[in-house]
Amino acid sequence: MRIDGLVMRYADKTAVDDLSLVVEPHTITAVLGPNGAGKTTTLETCEGYRRPQRGSVRVLGLDPVKDRRALMPRIGVMLQAGGAWSGARTEEMLRHLARLHADPLDTGLLMERLALHECGRTPYRRLSGGQQQRLGLAMALVGRPELVFVDEPTAGLDPQIRRTVWELLEELRADGVTVVLTTHYLEEAERLADRVHIIDHGRLVASGSPLELTRGGTVATIRLVVTQPFPPGAPEALATALGATTELTVLDDLSLQVSGPADGSTLATVARWCEVHEVLPESLTLGQRNLEDVFLELTGREPEVSGS
Amino acid sequence: MSAGTFAPAPGAAPLARQVLAQAGMETRLLLRNGEQLLLAVVIPLIVLVGAVSAADRIGLSFDDPTVDVLTPGVLALAVMSTAFTSLAIATGFERRYGVLKRLGTTPLSRGALLAGKVGALLIVELLQFVVLGSAGLLLGWSPDVSVVGVVPAVLLGTAAFAGLGMLVAGTLRAEATLAAANLVYLLLLAGGAVVLPASAYGGLGDVVQWLPSGALGEAMRAAFNGEVPAVEMAVLASWAVVGGAAAARWFKWE
Repeated sequence: MRIDGLVMRYADKTAVDDLSLVVEPHTITAVLGPNGAGKTTTLETCEGYRRPQRGSVRVLGLDPVKDRRALMPRIGVMLQAGGAWSGARTEEMLRHLARLHADPLDTGLLMERLALHECGRTPYRRLSGGQQQRLGLAMALVGRPELVFVDEPTAGLDPQIRRTVWELLEELRADGVTVVLTTHYLEEAERLADRVHIIDHGRLVASGSPLELTRGGTVATIRLVVTQPFPPGAPEALATALGATTELTVLDDLSLQVSGPADGSTLATVARWCEVHEVLPESLTLGQRNLEDVFLELTGREPEVSGS
Repeated sequence: MSAGTFAPAPGAAPLARQVLAQAGMETRLLLRNGEQLLLAVVIPLIVLVGAVSAADRIGLSFDDPTVDVLTPGVLALAVMSTAFTSLAIATGFERRYGVLKRLGTTPLSRGALLAGKVGALLIVELLQFVVLGSAGLLLGWSPDVSVVGVVPAVLLGTAAFAGLGMLVAGTLRAEATLAAANLVYLLLLAGGAVVLPASAYGGLGDVVQWLPSGALGEAMRAAFNGEVPAVEMAVLASWAVVGGAAAARWFKWE
């Protein structure tokens, strides 16, 4: 899949601004970005729902709008919400999608893998959010696609089922399916994705494997938890000692966090401060840079809250 | 789990299988929906039995036996309820719940989707005709069926109302569609010359017979009286063209 110089504008707002990216076959590729970054618009252009205003989009070498007939059987799409008749039963809905394909997966197997077999006869409107979510994923997979777009596949799922879905996505990759996913959960991208594209304001701000993106950071995080509440004035003294390049956040009476240059002097300053103020650390953790830190650095924003 | 469970093997089902699947699915959903069933069978049945058995008391009298006049009218009402009201409501909520969007990224083309919808309408209408026709026969209806009149009249009436139903569903919000489709149904039931002949409306009859409801009602009464209603069929065909073109022009998929 290849996007070249895609531009999408609505009335007064540029949703996607000269975006180019490539998705390699047989990989899991995560598209991350804050709310309104242009992820959904980009994905929907690849799925043929929108026509590129400028630039071009090729999916499996095809134009999603012009070559719709040829492309649609080859891709699977999981929408963020909805996509089923409210009165249709889980199994009935999945079977219907299966019948539209030449050589669909066994619906029973798919339902079992996604823990949907208990609600096979439940109408869609009475399914829980998590069940609707999993049916959405099942509907995307049932036609044995070469490429699947999954939008927030694990939003609102409990941890156990989230792990099941992760394993399923990894199995898809192993079986030769290309997966393009958007997610709120950075740990999800970190664990699953071969490649991560971070989008902000409709532009690509970073691309790489999770390792490439998290390596070589310039910011270190130290989290300190103490046994007794900080003496009055002590946190202020630490802030002064650390200097302006370092950010100090008092989390509560017993803990604080320091973000500063990733060198030994920050840690030494904190240790000396403990000695001077007779503060006894209960724990001192050195934060490793994760995808969340990268995301924050690049976009200056928290990732979206799930379920938004 | 053996390797390769999800190995890609994409492909579209044969077109006929897709259309059949879609028609079957939509029929099942329609028959499962209580309110739609009320509109499709129960209300027409009440209208038929009620009007025939109370004709004398409510002052209905026609040149022909009452049941011979009312049964074709009730069949026209059944077509209207399914092709217009049920279709509009169902499609409105399909838009709202992202079903059309979902189907948009399956092998099902728009043409196959529409064919499936039409198939479902015709299946439901056939069931309505069996139930309502049997009720009419039990009440003493003795039709003189013109097959070349009835079949095109039903098809053209279905096309005319389906075009208008899709226009409403594709332009209004789901709730507004629900309200509008039911309101139009009630208004046409009362004043649209569906069940009662246009002549029963006095001077207004000259106007209402040009409505799709009046044209379909008159066409059905003629066709079950051994005639081929050419003028009414032309009126229905015109509505089908106008409604279909407007729906194609203004229908919003999302």
